[in-house]
Amino acid sequence: MNKILLIAKREFLSRVQKKTFLLTTIGLPLIIFVFYGMIIYFSVKTTDNYKIAVADNANIFNGKLFNNDNEIVFEFVHSPLTELQKDLATNKYNAYLFVPENYTIEGKDTLQFRSSKAMGIMTRDKIQSRINKALEEKRLMGLNISKSQLDSLQQEKETINFTSANGKTENETKVGVSYAVGMISGFMIYIILFIYGTMVMRGVMEEKVNRIAEVIISSVKPFQLMMGKITGIGTVGLVQFIIWIVLVFGVQFGITLLFPDLVGNLHGQPMQPAGMQAAEAMKNSGALNGLIEGLNTINFPLIIGCFIFYFIGGYLLYSSLFAAVGSAVNEDPQDAQSLLLPITMPIVFGMVIMTKAVNDPNSTIAIFGSLFPLTSPIVMMARVAHGVPEGVSYLQLALSMVFLILGFLGTTWVAAKIYRIGILMYGKKATWKEMIKWTFRNN
Amino acid sequence: MEKILELQNLKKYYATQKAVDDISFSIEKGSIFGLLGPNGAGKTTLLRMITGIFYPDSGIINLDGKVFDPLNDILKIGYMPEERGLYKKMKIGEQALYLAQLKGLSKSEAMEKIKFWFKRLEMESWWNKKVEDLSKGMSQKLQFVITVLHEPKLIILDEPFSGLDPVNANLIKDEIHGLAQRGCTVIFSTHRMEQVEEICNHIVLVNLGQKILDGTVANVKQQFKENKFRIQLAEIPQNLVSSSFELVEQKEKQLTVKINEGSRSNDVLEFFLQQNINIESFNEILPSLNEIFIHLVEGTKSTTRAFQTIND
Repeated sequence: MNKILLIAKREFLSRVQKKTFLLTTIGLPLIIFVFYGMIIYFSVKTTDNYKIAVADNANIFNGKLFNNDNEIVFEFVHSPLTELQKDLATNKYNAYLFVPENYTIEGKDTLQFRSSKAMGIMTRDKIQSRINKALEEKRLMGLNISKSQLDSLQQEKETINFTSANGKTENETKVGVSYAVGMISGFMIYIILFIYGTMVMRGVMEEKVNRIAEVIISSVKPFQLMMGKITGIGTVGLVQFIIWIVLVFGVQFGITLLFPDLVGNLHGQPMQPAGMQAAEAMKNSGALNGLIEGLNTINFPLIIGCFIFYFIGGYLLYSSLFAAVGSAVNEDPQDAQSLLLPITMPIVFGMVIMTKAVNDPNSTIAIFGSLFPLTSPIVMMARVAHGVPEGVSYLQLALSMVFLILGFLGTTWVAAKIYRIGILMYGKKATWKEMIKWTFRNN
Repeated sequence: MEKILELQNLKKYYATQKAVDDISFSIEKGSIFGLLGPNGAGKTTLLRMITGIFYPDSGIINLDGKVFDPLNDILKIGYMPEERGLYKKMKIGEQALYLAQLKGLSKSEAMEKIKFWFKRLEMESWWNKKVEDLSKGMSQKLQFVITVLHEPKLIILDEPFSGLDPVNANLIKDEIHGLAQRGCTVIFSTHRMEQVEEICNHIVLVNLGQKILDGTVANVKQQFKENKFRIQLAEIPQNLVSSSFELVEQKEKQLTVKINEGSRSNDVLEFFLQQNINIESFNEILPSLNEIFIHLVEGTKSTTRAFQTIND
C-alpha cells in the first residue's frame, strides 16, 4: 500500500511539474476565454456613428426611423441621387438609402442602399431590421392592424402543462436544461476516459520501452506498479478538473469585474441577430425566467456527486484496461491502435447510447446502457441529469453503481494478469488471443 | 560453508516451452557464482524466480536458510536485469532515491546510502542531471549503484559489463569483489566466459532449461581436460612415434600432444629424455570455459529461443 502511494506520488509529480501540464491546465482555458472574449468584444463594438442619408421620395417612413442609439443615425434629406453620391464621396454620409417616388410597400421592389465602404454583418443586420420594422408597421397599418394589437395576439399562446406521473410539473425549459446538463456531463466523462486512459497507456509503454519495468518489478509487485500509476494519473486528472472549474468561475468573475459594461452589453445585445431575437422573445414570454427556474430545479449536488463517482469509477475501470494494452505492445504506437479497438468500442457505444438516453431516459437501451459497467459512466450521467427518480429510479442508480464497482474489480483483475506478463515481454507485440491466455495462466 | 540460496527441483513451464525444467543447485555465502547458458536456456526465467518476479510451478527456493518470501525478502536481494533502464526525464538523484524507497528504505536511510555510493564511484556531480544526458556506460554505473545500494545479501547481476569501457568495467569488478569480501553473495549471469573465469568461484551451466554442469571453475576444467600437454623442445627428434602419446600439433619446436589412456605425463617426459632432447617447458593444456561451453552447447539447437514442446 505504501509502495502504491510512493509510485502514485512520482507519477503525479512527474506530470504536474512538467511545463506542458501548466500549459494545458491553465493556458488552454485562458486561451479559449480570451478568444471567446475577443469575439464578443468585436461583435458588440461594431460601428461608431454610422450616418445614413435617407431620401424618402415616396414618403414611406413618414419622416421617422428609429434612432435609438448613436451607432446608426438616419437623416432624412431631399436630395437627388447625384447629390447623394457626391455626399458619399465627400464623406458627409457613410451611406444613403434612396426610395424612388413610385415605390410602394406592397410591391416587390428593392430599395437602393449604397455605402462608401463595405459594412460589417452586424451593421448591415441592424440597418435591415430597423428598416424592416418601419416597413412592417406601415404594412400592418395598411391592413388596419396596429402594432400593439399584433403583439397581444402573439402573446396569447396556449401553454401546455406537462406533468409526470408523480405529480411534478415538468416545464419545457427544465427538460431542455436536463438535456444540456446530461449531454455535457456525459460528454465530459467520455473525454476523460479517452484522455486519461491514453495517458496511462503511454506511461506503461514508456516504462516498457525504457526497460525500467523489470528494475521496478524486482522491488514491487506488478499490481502495485499498475495501481500506483493509475492512482497517480487519476489524481492528475482530478486536480486538472478542479483547476479548470476554479478557472472558469474565476475568469467569469474577473470579466464581470473588469468589463462591467461589456457584460451589460452582452445581456442587452447577444452577439448574433438570431440570438438577439430569441433572447427578446424569451424575455417577452418569460422563458428566460423559465430557464433560470429550470436550472434551479436541477439537483446539482446529486449531479456533481454522480459525476465524481462515475468519473472515478469509469476511469478506474478503463485505465486498467488501457494499462494492459500498454503492457502488451512495444515501441510502435501503431501496434497499440489495433489492440485498443476492443476498448474504445464500448466507450463510443456509450456515447451513442448517451445521445439517445438524454432524449428518453427511460428507454430500454438507456436502462441497459446505464447498468452495463462498460457504458454506464457515460450513459448514467444523461439519465441522472433528468433527476432521480424521474430519469432513473433509485434502484437502478444503486445497481449501476454496484455493477460499476464490480466491473472495475473485474477489469483490474484481468488487466493485472495481462500486465504482469506483458510488462516483461520484449520483442513482438502480443495478440488478443495470447492476452486472453495470460489471463487464465497461474500467477 | 553456509548456503545463502538453495534451489530444489525448480520447474517453470510455459505453454509452448519448458523454460526451467527441474533445476537444483545451491550457492555458498560470500561466493561469486556464475550462471551460464546460451540465449534462451532459461537463465532469465530462473533469475526471475529467484527474485520473486515469477513463481515456480513447483520446487523450493530457500533464501538464507528460510523459505523465500517474495514480498518480504525484497531488501535481501538486489537484481540488475539484463533489460534495464531508467526514467529518461527524471533527475538522477531523485531517481536513485525513488528506487531505493521502492525497495523499502526510508527516505533518510536511502539518502545516506546514495551519498555514500555516489561519492565512492565519483558520481556526486550527476545529482541534478537527467538520465538522457548520461552516456550508456554512465547509466550502467548508475544501475549498478541502484542495485547494490541497499546492501542486499544476494546480488544478482545479469550481463553487468555490457556497455562499459575497460576502466569502468574494472571499477565495477573491484566493487563486486569488495562486496563478496564483505559477505555479499553475487550471482553473475553472462555469456562472456573470460569474465566468468576471472571473477567466479562456482559456476552452473544451463541449457534447454536443464542444468548440465555444476562445480568450481577449477573442478570443471579438470573434468573436461583432454590430457593435452604443450612441450617446448630445444630440437625436434627424428622419431615422434610413441605408445604413450599422440601428436596433435607441431609448430616449429613446440609440440602439442595428447597422452593416451593408461599413460602418465612422466612417460612423455621419459620419451624425450631418453632421446637426450632438452625440454624447455612442459605444460598441461586445460580447456577454457569458452571451449567447454561451446563443446556442451553446440549441436543442441539452443542458439535461438527454442520452443520445445512438452511431451509429458
